[in-house]
Amino acid sequence: MYFQSWAEFWAMGGYGLFVWLSFGSSYVMLAALAWYSQYQHKQFKRQLSAKLAREKRLQQYQEQAH
Amino acid sequence: MVTLGPFLKRELRLLARQKADWLNPVLFFLIVLSLFPLGVGPEPNLLRIIAPGVIWIAALLSVLLAAERLFKDDYRNGVVEQLVASRQPLLAFVLAKLLANWLSTGLPLVLLSPLVALLLNVDMASFIAMVLTLLLGTPLLSLLSVLGAALTVSADKGGILLALLILPLYIPLLIFASAAMEAASMALPYHGQLAVMLAMLLFALALVPVAVTSALKINVS
Amino acid sequence: MFKWLHPYAKPETVYHLCGRLMPWLMGAALLLLLLGNIWGLAFTPPDYQQGDSYRIIHLHVPAAIMSMGTYSAMAIAAFIALVWQVKVAQWSVLAIAPIGAVYTAIALITGMAWGKPMWGTWWVWDARLTSELILLFLYLGVIALSGAFSDRQTGAKVASLLAVVGVINLPIIHFSVEWWNTLHQGASITKFAKPSIDPSMLWPLLISILAFKILMLALLCVRLRTAILVNEQHRPWVKAMAGD
Repeated sequence: MYFQSWAEFWAMGGYGLFVWLSFGSSYVMLAALAWYSQYQHKQFKRQLSAKLAREKRLQQYQEQAH
Repeated sequence: MVTLGPFLKRELRLLARQKADWLNPVLFFLIVLSLFPLGVGPEPNLLRIIAPGVIWIAALLSVLLAAERLFKDDYRNGVVEQLVASRQPLLAFVLAKLLANWLSTGLPLVLLSPLVALLLNVDMASFIAMVLTLLLGTPLLSLLSVLGAALTVSADKGGILLALLILPLYIPLLIFASAAMEAASMALPYHGQLAVMLAMLLFALALVPVAVTSALKINVS
Repeated sequence: MFKWLHPYAKPETVYHLCGRLMPWLMGAALLLLLLGNIWGLAFTPPDYQQGDSYRIIHLHVPAAIMSMGTYSAMAIAAFIALVWQVKVAQWSVLAIAPIGAVYTAIALITGMAWGKPMWGTWWVWDARLTSELILLFLYLGVIALSGAFSDRQTGAKVASLLAVVGVINLPIIHFSVEWWNTLHQGASITKFAKPSIDPSMLWPLLISILAFKILMLALLCVRLRTAILVNEQHRPWVKAMAGD
């Protein structure tokens, strides 16, 4: 570890605001993209299986009616 | 190339019937240019400094305005579809569109340039540079707007999307055209900028029609 | 070679391949990103000119390099999609574009945060920053264009065409912006000369670049899987998988 203490690490030699601003915003954006991509995938899968189940129920109902 | 003539005749006849299509952008160009002195003040030196950028941005906006309707009517009434389906040379159609577009939006800007020079207090040397850059730049502008129009022809929301697509591609032209005018106003040689603009124009002329024909084919399939 | 590659272009194969690769890629990317960044933040000496602010380099440079790398990957996919009509390549174009846009945004934001202490202002019309901004516009154009059509297929194809046009234009734009910048700015801003980088600083940087590259592939896997499902939702294999 190059820094002597945690306080010094957070201060970044006076440039703390800029360093942590860029690291924070970058991680937030990457995490948001990863989460949203995963969310889209899950969401579509859920919608698709709901749609298929509905179609299946409809088909069963029509077979019973005949 | 045999079919270029009839296509061009058709385009020009359509333009003669729908005068608003090409008169409105020209009017828009003049209005935008006359708004700038009102906004930044009538100081002649200031106007001379901002003139290159203002003229080229106004030219871009007015060409964009005309671009939106370029293929819309031909797409809606099925002309594009028929041309693709009948294996007619689409290239001749595209070239005719291009030429007609330049004649109706680019050429008026060149012809209006003396008036613009008066409005923005441009001196003689910059005026010559302005005419030359407009002559070389407006065909390139037509090429880019035809490309944008072909890409978005079957899109649900064309207007602002077209601007979003064309503006980044337009940056080199803006840089070199206004640099040539600036160099002329400082009595420096500007052959280099003109040569680069000519190179960009020829490069685009070789590639853009191909991209436009494939964009039209994608849009009707 | 094409005979060998062809089965990999089948959507179902790609879907399962991506599903298998994704956790490994994501894990490796996170590990490398943490390793590179912690190393770069805490275990390297500060720059003799810029002090500790230079540590932004460990995000800025990887994001900038990969924003361009992602664009070329997108353009290659677009070219394959247009010439050989490979469906998976078409969907990849749309799957990659948002990743590239986020990388470009990161490069811009970190560049601004680095520029404030170094140049004294958040934004400078520096040639590289301007080119990066235009790159962001091109990405946004591809994303906006693909969403503007009621027919998904047409949107994907037209966006591929725009990506190819953009990649031809990028060198011209970059070159003209550089030229414009030298004309307008001259020596008015003190552009810091890049010091030849010390090996102790180089290693964490290289690790971060690799991390960004693998992260791009991992995210592509997730997004491509969604795109495959959306476009193939009427195929039997998707129905069989989603049914149970």
